[in-house]
Amino acid sequence: MCLGVPGRVVEVRHEQGARMATVDFGGVTKTVCLAYVPDVDVGDYTIVHAGFGITKVDEASALESLRLFAALGDLAEGGAGGEVGMGPAT
Amino acid sequence: MKYLDEFNDPALAGRLFDEIAAAATRSWAIMEVCGGQTHSIIRNGIDQLLCDRVELIHGPGCPVCVTPLEMVDRALAIAARPDVVFCSFGDMLRVPGSHSDLSSVKAAGGDVRVVYSPLDALALAAENPAKEVVFFGVGFETTAPANAMAVFQARERGLHNFSMLVSHVLVPPAIEAIMSSPMSRVQGFLAAGHVCSVMGTWQYEPLAVRHQVPIVVTGFEPLDVLDGIRRCVLQLEAGRAQVENAYPRAVRAEGNQVAQQMLARVFEVCDRQWRGIGMIAASGWRLRAEFAEFDAEQRFDVGSIAADEPARCRAGEVLQGLIKPDECECFGVECTPRTPIGAPMVSGEGACAAYSLYGRLRPEEAVGDD
Amino acid sequence: MTDGVGGVQLEGWSCPLPLRGQDRIVLGHGGGGVLSDELTRHLFLPAFGEAARHATPTDSHVLHLGGGTRLAFSTDSYVVRPLFFPGGNIGELAVNGTVNDLAMSGAQPLALSTAFLLEEGLELAVLGRIAEAMGAAALAAGVQLVTGDTKVVERGHGDGVFINTAGVGLVPEGVDIRPERAQPGDVVVVSGPIGMHGIAVLSEREGLQFGTELRSDTAALNGLVEVMLATGADIHALRDPTRGGLAATLCEIAETAHVGIEFDDRSVPVPEAVRAACGFLGLDALHVANEGKLVAIVPSHAADDVLAAMLAHDLGKGATVIGRVTESHAGTVVARTALGASRVVGRPLGEQLPRIC
Repeated sequence: MCLGVPGRVVEVRHEQGARMATVDFGGVTKTVCLAYVPDVDVGDYTIVHAGFGITKVDEASALESLRLFAALGDLAEGGAGGEVGMGPAT
Repeated sequence: MKYLDEFNDPALAGRLFDEIAAAATRSWAIMEVCGGQTHSIIRNGIDQLLCDRVELIHGPGCPVCVTPLEMVDRALAIAARPDVVFCSFGDMLRVPGSHSDLSSVKAAGGDVRVVYSPLDALALAAENPAKEVVFFGVGFETTAPANAMAVFQARERGLHNFSMLVSHVLVPPAIEAIMSSPMSRVQGFLAAGHVCSVMGTWQYEPLAVRHQVPIVVTGFEPLDVLDGIRRCVLQLEAGRAQVENAYPRAVRAEGNQVAQQMLARVFEVCDRQWRGIGMIAASGWRLRAEFAEFDAEQRFDVGSIAADEPARCRAGEVLQGLIKPDECECFGVECTPRTPIGAPMVSGEGACAAYSLYGRLRPEEAVGDD
Repeated sequence: MTDGVGGVQLEGWSCPLPLRGQDRIVLGHGGGGVLSDELTRHLFLPAFGEAARHATPTDSHVLHLGGGTRLAFSTDSYVVRPLFFPGGNIGELAVNGTVNDLAMSGAQPLALSTAFLLEEGLELAVLGRIAEAMGAAALAAGVQLVTGDTKVVERGHGDGVFINTAGVGLVPEGVDIRPERAQPGDVVVVSGPIGMHGIAVLSEREGLQFGTELRSDTAALNGLVEVMLATGADIHALRDPTRGGLAATLCEIAETAHVGIEFDDRSVPVPEAVRAACGFLGLDALHVANEGKLVAIVPSHAADDVLAAMLAHDLGKGATVIGRVTESHAGTVVARTALGASRVVGRPLGEQLPRIC
């Protein structure tokens, strides 16, 4: 159900009444239908599945997730004895 | 590649493994619903590296695996017709029907084509007005918007030679069915990230409450999967049973409302047989009556289909997470990717195929540290 | 059931359960993976019988002609669709492919034959372009196209053009390159980034079309092999990872030599564009065909010299060590994942089908 890959929109156009785009997946481009993601425009990233963008990738959320991962273990490392149970707030 | 490489970072993965090990004070069994997650877990060896206290149970989230046998046989019958160009996603090609598969139908002269998107099939219909172009519309909610648009566009553009054989399945009823089974050991779920990109997370709230299970919406890259597991374990340890979003960069609580509107327009809920599992009420989508003209099931009369599943195939138990693929007697012996007995051995997302492709060494053979 | 043709007993095939309904050739049989191998072992070789008792599973076969002269002999057929793809066409593949098969035995290619199976209706201009490409590729490789044949099949029965090339070459004295020679302790080297040819071809296929700057890496490798041999190193094995990709090649070597091979996922050079295409098609780069790369199994003490020679050559600029040959898990190829787990690497089953849902 799931092969959804993030790509960057490089060009948007209209074909047969539908909003279509050229999406760049890191050196490989594909024509993708943006009908379901009207908020996605040139420069944005979208998750593409079966030829359609299904959602916009939220950069702020992505960065926040990575920050969270990087912070893991820092509490234990900085503290005394590495106690179990000091998980980060969810 | 942006939004992929960063979520594959081995150092951050190490921290997540440690966090999970530190958090788990007892054994927990968590089911990842989605076949794409199963694939990622096995390919990256996540289950190998996870602490022993956390067990991953592989769920039925492989649409290819659960497409009812009767529907596969129907597809084969349609594909064999000389006037038909039968289009399908790649991994349906080798799924065994009762007596054959699409690959064999192609070998025998059927015009069977692999496409990346239902829009490619639509293009074929526009280019070949004298042919009947049929698309095999399988998938969960992630794929349904693409299929809905293809049917909708076919009607808008007057492409009367196009039709779709629809066999959509839905995740929430599957979770309900799994949790309602007395044999289930599942204590927490990793919900399918891209299904939720489309449908949102609100459908899972009543499930979490009713069955008192944490449901964590999870992505597919190693860090995403690990974070999903981590959050699930933390909830289990704390006795919580909530819907949590561990894939916020691609999932919002309300989901994709534009897609949901199209889905409601084109499809309606129906009962569905899940191959290996059985009938799950209100667990599928079919085309609404106004789109009947584009429904391949109605357009092509292929006679009665007598589906015949080999008794020794335990795909159903694998799909429900009751056994692991390598606990099936046929695994690796009679049933291999080369000679599949059931669908989970064929599909790219099937648990049996994942176990086979990314096979395991016996401990004494494992690669040593350099 | 027993098929009366030539005494082939289909029920004697090694798989305990015959593939459901499969009594015909499927596309996967030409894929270079498990199915192709089965067809050779279980249909062709038994059917050929005694006449094939000297046949070898390698890309080319070395005939001992007496007086120390060793002639390498190879054949290959080219069926690619589309005929023209970024970086080349079927003509180049046909010449380079057989030149490379010969070079993988360490032979210096001498001459090729070219046989064409043409579909009625094929445009002469198209055939002309293909033939010109073959001439140019042969010159670049230093071989002569010395003999050939042409047949035409009825419209609808061909993919436009099928080409078979067969070739002969001489193996220099002292050179003994065979997959069986791979030994524990040897180093596994790949000559450059993988997956380019397969993805370049797929990008043009109907139903998949995608844009890419990737071009096929089709190239004649005999020059590269020559500089590698010139180091004086006792290269044990060479193989070009064509259909079936790097995975199939490593599996073949491991099985033939009955050794283990291990490599690190992260050390295999994969261009970003190949990674990206494999990502959205659901393919594994290890299974994607290459047409201008080789895998070398080299004794560890000679590895530095061989690698240096490769890096100095046009076609070896991306050469790198990816792993080693081991005693453990003999016959099996194991990869270490980026996360530190290990997994068994198998051959692809057959045709590379984009995985979508």
